[in-house]
Amino acid sequence: MTEPESGSLWQRVRRWTFWPMLQKEFIQMRRDRLTLGMMVGIPAIQLALFGFAIRTEVRHLPTLVLDEAQSRESRELIATLVNSTYFDIVGTVRGREEVATWIGRGDAAAAVIIPHDFTRDIKRRRGAQAQVIVDAADPLSSAAALQGAAQAGLAFGAGLTPARPPVIELRVRPWYNPMLTSSTYIVPGIIGVLLSLTMVIITGMAVVRERERGTLEQLIVTPIDRTSLMLGKIVPFLLVGYVQITVIILLGRLLFDVPLRGSLPLLYVMAFPFIVASLGVGLYFSTLVRTQAQAMQAGFMFILPNILLSGFMFPRAAMPLPAQWLGLLLPLTYFLEVLRGILLRGVGASALWPELLALCGFAVFILTLSVRRFHKTLD
Amino acid sequence: MRDAIITTALHRRFGDLVAVERLDLAIHPGEIFGLLGANGSGKTTTIRMLTGLIPPTSGTAEVAGIDVVANPEAVRQRLGYMSQRFGLYDDLTVQENLRFYAGLYGLIGREGAARVEEMLTGLDFLPRRRQLAGTLSGGWKQRLSLACATAHRPDVLFLDEPTAGVDPAARRQFWQLINHLAAGGTTIVVTTHYMDEAERCQRIAMLWRGRLVALGAPREITTQFGTATLEDAFIALQERDGVATA
Repeated sequence: MTEPESGSLWQRVRRWTFWPMLQKEFIQMRRDRLTLGMMVGIPAIQLALFGFAIRTEVRHLPTLVLDEAQSRESRELIATLVNSTYFDIVGTVRGREEVATWIGRGDAAAAVIIPHDFTRDIKRRRGAQAQVIVDAADPLSSAAALQGAAQAGLAFGAGLTPARPPVIELRVRPWYNPMLTSSTYIVPGIIGVLLSLTMVIITGMAVVRERERGTLEQLIVTPIDRTSLMLGKIVPFLLVGYVQITVIILLGRLLFDVPLRGSLPLLYVMAFPFIVASLGVGLYFSTLVRTQAQAMQAGFMFILPNILLSGFMFPRAAMPLPAQWLGLLLPLTYFLEVLRGILLRGVGASALWPELLALCGFAVFILTLSVRRFHKTLD
Repeated sequence: MRDAIITTALHRRFGDLVAVERLDLAIHPGEIFGLLGANGSGKTTTIRMLTGLIPPTSGTAEVAGIDVVANPEAVRQRLGYMSQRFGLYDDLTVQENLRFYAGLYGLIGREGAARVEEMLTGLDFLPRRRQLAGTLSGGWKQRLSLACATAHRPDVLFLDEPTAGVDPAARRQFWQLINHLAAGGTTIVVTTHYMDEAERCQRIAMLWRGRLVALGAPREITTQFGTATLEDAFIALQERDGVATA
């Protein structure tokens, strides 16, 4: 008969119930091929889905041309617009009513209208006018079109007038992502979203599964302590989290040329408190729900505000203040800063310590909360 | 010698329902003690309170000299528990299950390996040691549960309907193991509604709607009820609605 209280510190550490628990969890994880496959498969699928499908930069709008001027200048203007790659000419019409019909049907999303007096005004240097109509039902694509048209207009004008130094020159330089490709922005975010999704759901389900199968009852009557039980559940998934990060960074690089400008070890260090916090949320849910299906639902309920408020899809700066405050309550908000900072801007540890602090705070808070809520009793 | 289990006015309510009503029991060391009663009579609730799985509403319980209510963790090293459901891991092998439970009780390294080998040999598990527990037949599952529950040689062993759904031959073998453990000094508390199993107990407590209605050796109980067999006594009890004597 061995008493866990007796013996040296080393003996106590060796006899800690955490070790058999950890070993058991690893064996179970190895045998559960489906979950293992999901852990690598889901990042790959999600990445492909988000990376390829989500494009917030809009190019090649189907565009209609109504050229009443029919001159060399008007054709040059159209060519400039096409060259901007924002507009693809899909048809030419003769009347304004037709423009409305095309756009109304959805066959065109933009129209270029060059009036009769366009050429005459250019020649008289009176400020010639042409019109670009955009279907603004989708603000994202219309914003891109407006920007494209403005740029094309400037370029066209510059070609006409002899060089005259402008009074104020404002030059805009897109740093870090000069092509303004959205996958560069989205892929780092996917790491964060995916980690929280899988970590929260998998741990939640792992604990609830023990309850459902009746093994928890058997476990509770042993001398295992709460910390061992919870840590035993967390540690294997921590490794899974790191595998997922690595898979996404590698695929992001291969498929979307997502850069890694900062230090990878730093990213791995910063990921630690985030993964632990996510696992903690999963554990906490497992103390609230009774079935695996409920654990899954709770996980998705948690993910939705994360996707909307963390800045993953929509810039936080554009949100009303209360939404921004809510976002501050989500670990993902901080981790996204970390991911984009390290991957895209190549920042170092000195710039990220507020985020590190916040993430560590979350991890400690939620873990303490769930260990406290988890009682070694059945009711 | 001090009794292995002593309960004093042990009481448990679930909402308005009284599951166990002011139960007083004293179970001797090395005794095979049966808790007999219909479904909902409070057998499982009693065992769950004694193992610290649920706290009592009031009253005290002492197992192996330790107050269960005040010190549920300390008592866990001294008791073994086998639940109604198969509570082991289907996706671990026989040997892995044993190792896991032995490890939780601090039996590790050479000592743990020796204990696992001893149990594998003693319970005829050697040819099945690498079989996944989920693929074992009912009787072997029970045997493995028993092995895991006794890996640490507990002073008191609780069995909650241990042979439900197991064929008669396997049941007889299982009881041989139980007798063997009791002969070695382990106190055994078993709930059942199989009458042949109840007959194997040295003493029985009959529970009816959470109340202790009869206590004694099987023969004393049949005498008390004036029936030929325990089964008749059990049925007489169920038919006698409302009134109860102790």
